[in-house]
Amino acid sequence: MGSNIAGLMDFVLNNRRIQLPQCRPQTTLLEWLRSNGLTGSKEGCAEGECGACTVLLVRPHGTGSKYVPVNSCLLFLPTLAGQEVLTIEALNENKQLAEAQFAMAEAGGSQCGYCTPGFVMSLFAEQYRPGRAGPCDPHSMGGNLCRCTGYRPIRDAALSLGPAPDDSFRGRLSSPAPSMIPVSYTSIEGRLERPGDLAQCTTFLKKYPDAKILAGATDLAVESNLAYKRWPVLMSIDAVAELQVFQDAADHVEIGAGLPLSEIEFLWEHAPLVAREWLPLFASILIRNRATLGGNLGTASPIGDAAPMLLALDAELKLGGANGIRRVKLQDFFLGYRKTQLEPGELIVSIIIPKPFPNQARFYKVAKRRMDDISTVAACFAVNFDADGRIAQARLAYGGVAAVPIRVTEAEQSLLGKRWDELAVKQAQAIIASELKPLSDHRGSSAYRLAMAQTLLKKFWCER
Amino acid sequence: MKSAGQPMAHESAGGHVTGSALYTDDLLSRFPGVLHAWPVMSPFAYAAVLTIDTAPALAVAGVVATLTSSDVPGEGDTGPNRHDEPLFPTEVLFHSQPVMWVLGESLEAARLGTAAVLVRYEERTPLVSIESAIQADSFHSPPLRLSRGDRASALAQSAHRLKGEIHIGGQEHFYLETQAAIAWLDESGGVALHSSTQHPSETQEIVARVLGVAKHQVTVECLRMGGAFGGKEVQANTWAAVAALGAQKTGRPVSVRLPRRLDMMLTGKRHPFLTKFEVGFAADGKLEALHLALYADAGWSLDLSEPIVWRAMFHADNCYFLPAVDITGYVVKTHKTSQTAFRGFGGPQGMLVIEDILDRIARTLQLPPELVRQRNFYVEGQTTHYGQTVKDASRIERIWNELKSTSNFVARQQQVAEFNEQNEHHKRGIAITPVKFGISFTATLFNQAGATILIYRDGSVQVNHGGTEMGQGLQTKILQIAADGLGVELGAIRIMPTSTGKVPNTSATAASSGTDLNGAAVLDACAKLRAVLAPVAASMLNCLPDEVHFEQGIVLAAQQKATFAEVVEAAYRQRLPLFASGFYKTPEIHYDPKTGQGHPFYYYAYGAAVAEVEVDGFTGDMRTLRVDILEDAGNSISPIVDRGQIEGGFIQGAGWLTLEELVWDAKGRLATNGASTYKLPSWMELPEVFNVGILERAAEPGVVLGSKAVGEPPLMLALSVREAIRGAIAAFGDGGIVELDSPATPERIYFACSKARGQAEDA
Repeated sequence: MGSNIAGLMDFVLNNRRIQLPQCRPQTTLLEWLRSNGLTGSKEGCAEGECGACTVLLVRPHGTGSKYVPVNSCLLFLPTLAGQEVLTIEALNENKQLAEAQFAMAEAGGSQCGYCTPGFVMSLFAEQYRPGRAGPCDPHSMGGNLCRCTGYRPIRDAALSLGPAPDDSFRGRLSSPAPSMIPVSYTSIEGRLERPGDLAQCTTFLKKYPDAKILAGATDLAVESNLAYKRWPVLMSIDAVAELQVFQDAADHVEIGAGLPLSEIEFLWEHAPLVAREWLPLFASILIRNRATLGGNLGTASPIGDAAPMLLALDAELKLGGANGIRRVKLQDFFLGYRKTQLEPGELIVSIIIPKPFPNQARFYKVAKRRMDDISTVAACFAVNFDADGRIAQARLAYGGVAAVPIRVTEAEQSLLGKRWDELAVKQAQAIIASELKPLSDHRGSSAYRLAMAQTLLKKFWCER
Repeated sequence: MKSAGQPMAHESAGGHVTGSALYTDDLLSRFPGVLHAWPVMSPFAYAAVLTIDTAPALAVAGVVATLTSSDVPGEGDTGPNRHDEPLFPTEVLFHSQPVMWVLGESLEAARLGTAAVLVRYEERTPLVSIESAIQADSFHSPPLRLSRGDRASALAQSAHRLKGEIHIGGQEHFYLETQAAIAWLDESGGVALHSSTQHPSETQEIVARVLGVAKHQVTVECLRMGGAFGGKEVQANTWAAVAALGAQKTGRPVSVRLPRRLDMMLTGKRHPFLTKFEVGFAADGKLEALHLALYADAGWSLDLSEPIVWRAMFHADNCYFLPAVDITGYVVKTHKTSQTAFRGFGGPQGMLVIEDILDRIARTLQLPPELVRQRNFYVEGQTTHYGQTVKDASRIERIWNELKSTSNFVARQQQVAEFNEQNEHHKRGIAITPVKFGISFTATLFNQAGATILIYRDGSVQVNHGGTEMGQGLQTKILQIAADGLGVELGAIRIMPTSTGKVPNTSATAASSGTDLNGAAVLDACAKLRAVLAPVAASMLNCLPDEVHFEQGIVLAAQQKATFAEVVEAAYRQRLPLFASGFYKTPEIHYDPKTGQGHPFYYYAYGAAVAEVEVDGFTGDMRTLRVDILEDAGNSISPIVDRGQIEGGFIQGAGWLTLEELVWDAKGRLATNGASTYKLPSWMELPEVFNVGILERAAEPGVVLGSKAVGEPPLMLALSVREAIRGAIAAFGDGGIVELDSPATPERIYFACSKARGQAEDA
């Protein structure tokens, strides 16, 4: 039997200290909760889509803390080492309903009740969100699906809630959250390592070149839960400070590859329109609380939503490995279907977006459902004009139309030096048709994808 | 004060919001030593199973047993009617069909065990599409026929005729709680189960059949379900049977719980339909003749497909008088999951077709669609094409006019036209559609229910009945009904988990009839108990029995009163029975499937909805801006519950018609097998303005407390969204006919818009 090193092998659950058990490192928090009698958190999908398993992490916010709702089906148990978690069972420990619970019950917000604990957790986190004013935002429950109510009473419940009451839950937020400590977890069924800095990461990766890198696990845990993929060695990057940077400088923005999207949203005060419309379309809030840019780019999915925007903004990546840091243009990063420039033992450290931002840039996502869906086609367009008002630079980037996220360079070329008018759009559209050969699948036909690649450019022009 | 009619939250709301309300899988930790089951699934949609070698599975750590046909003491088939669902098939008929099961100490062990099993298959070519199955003459049953008048000559004489074809997609139930059952051997030699089932009695029957024992050996209990929507009406049985078989073989408790992906790959859905029509109509838009063929994709086994197709045929009239009509229903056999009951039960597909047709007629004649609809409404005294007089037919027009007025329909239509005039790339549509939905199981025998009520000496009460709770609020309504029926406070009553050990031979909780049937049975039992208690109270209060009044735990007569508990105690001391059974059977209904004629429904539930949408012509993206509903729920027993059913049903219907798309690949594999590929309505699909009204002065005589069924009918109100989308699409062109298959995904809307634009340019 392996043993837990470091004595840091416990976490706080509902105000009680729990020792991490000996288990498969890919055991999810949800599985563990349910098999230990805490059955209020439900499994509805096991892929972070339904939110029935929502729990709260206590995470840093300034000098204090905040409640961060996440899908417990996507949290591997050992990654909780040193962390603090609240489940639905904690909310009425003194037998009195929390306001979010009372509001949901009173409004008729539950029918079958199966999704309800998840909704309550999201709504509770929203009510206690630091700095929030006015009624609770119903979109805070955007990561929770309900099949019974049609959402209207749940919306009413949210809108009925004002400031968080002055109670112990609110009191907790004024003291610091646990920090992300390094972890070295070994059990008979595998190993999970969470190094404390970049150097330790690269050293570990050199020793275990096949180690699977774990960021927000919003993709990896799905592979684990649904495709039963098992990795002998996992390496979490959550405690690596170098991957958590955010810097909004005069000539660029640098975003740590391990920063959750919701943190980017919070930190990037002066984000351009294109980034502000991109973030909420990317995924639900429960996913954005965990998902990272590094993960989204590193998996090199042809339908990842980060790449099209970052391609259009001409981003660069910092890659870190045993031989130090190197920089590559994002447009050179993707080599083929799920293949990248990353060498064994190398990982994405940060993303650098040059400034000034383009004169005009927009992000579009076409999917069956308007929010929280996977793109049929994603597009991001950026144009710069010269003093004369002619197009000086154009970057037209897509996801979902090829094996990798791509730019249509011939169409971009065709725009240069032209007036930004309907004729220029038409000519570029014709070239796009010859540049792209999208596939048909359950999300959309080839014809539709091609039509979208063209028509979105027109939409971009119309909405200039 | 009466409890019924008061707005009250769901009776389990406190449990829901705290996570303490329990569902089948939450009970696992109460069963030490429970085994987990996992199926060996076929990689083909159609194949012969040649050999199975289970030995390697038993070598996997943690594997305890395998289940194959040789373990079945009874009959290894779970098909409810036709016995056409072998538990351990020698011929695989749909992709991922289980061919055997492995039991393990953990789910992981069981799953690894199944991976080790060696199965040899002989692959065959599956019939995946409805068209290919029709071509191959693959049907479960002979065609079902329903007709009135001389359709052929009426069609020939019509001034106008249209022909068309509409593909209608199915729908995944996506109950949040997936299928689950736990079985164990009880302490007195029987088999007991917790099952997430809408039909405990049938689950009991199937388990008894597979185990080869009498039904009294099997007890099935259902605490509550985390949603069902018809998906657990018959399809809960198989998993319960596997669990029971495993428990019997190993002597240990066995859990079968399908994770989402398995649930989606293995269980049936709303039937996809292919429909073909030819309609004849007059210059004023009045229907004269309809020739309709409905092809339902039933999948691999019969299930409930025949009654579902019947209901589609019955509801192809929706609210409209069809003078000459001839409908044929086909139960098509394909190599897919066995499609099953889903809220509306065929009704939605039937209604979609007639609403689509009426819009085409309106656009052909350049008349407003709502006018053409209105001109075809049933009037009092008219009968349906299956021979039933349309009771309260004038209510259709009443609801229609009230809703048009409260939704400000005419003015908003003008605003929509102005918006469309001013916007080239975005168009809006507004539509009003009605619903008439027949209430009762079409199979007359299922329209019965029983209840057992027990009163204890302290005046507390246990209520048992045959209905199951799936979130629809049945128990909330039963609680209100029983409280008034006995004259006690809500807190004096405990609604017991549904168990076959309490009420035998129950019907499924389905067909929107849960409260109508079980509520009436509970009321009957209450009346019997009041008849016992009233004379006791009368002698205590010195009055006549019929002067005694029971209310909220107090028994009153003239100026005197006693508590309910005091009367109960006095009755006990007089050696009177303090328990009673109640029974109800729906009167008047009858139906002959051979002739297609009769009176299958006790009454109709009516409603109408106005929907306004906006379509993005660049992408086909659609938003529902506003919805107004007026629903006829009779005297609502529980207004919060009823409003919840109306809103929830509407959004679920809108999901079916717009974003929920099932895609099977050429090999018959379901490509949309998870929440990431199959999209339910989320927050963003909730219209910003969503007004719901319940029709007033609408008591339904002969139904429990004058109420009306409300579970299914509102789902079909969502057809207003589809018709509004078609209106918006038409606005991209010259207002001509819009052909649009269902669901109206952005892709379908986009291409329909392109076509509309093209037609306008050609014209």
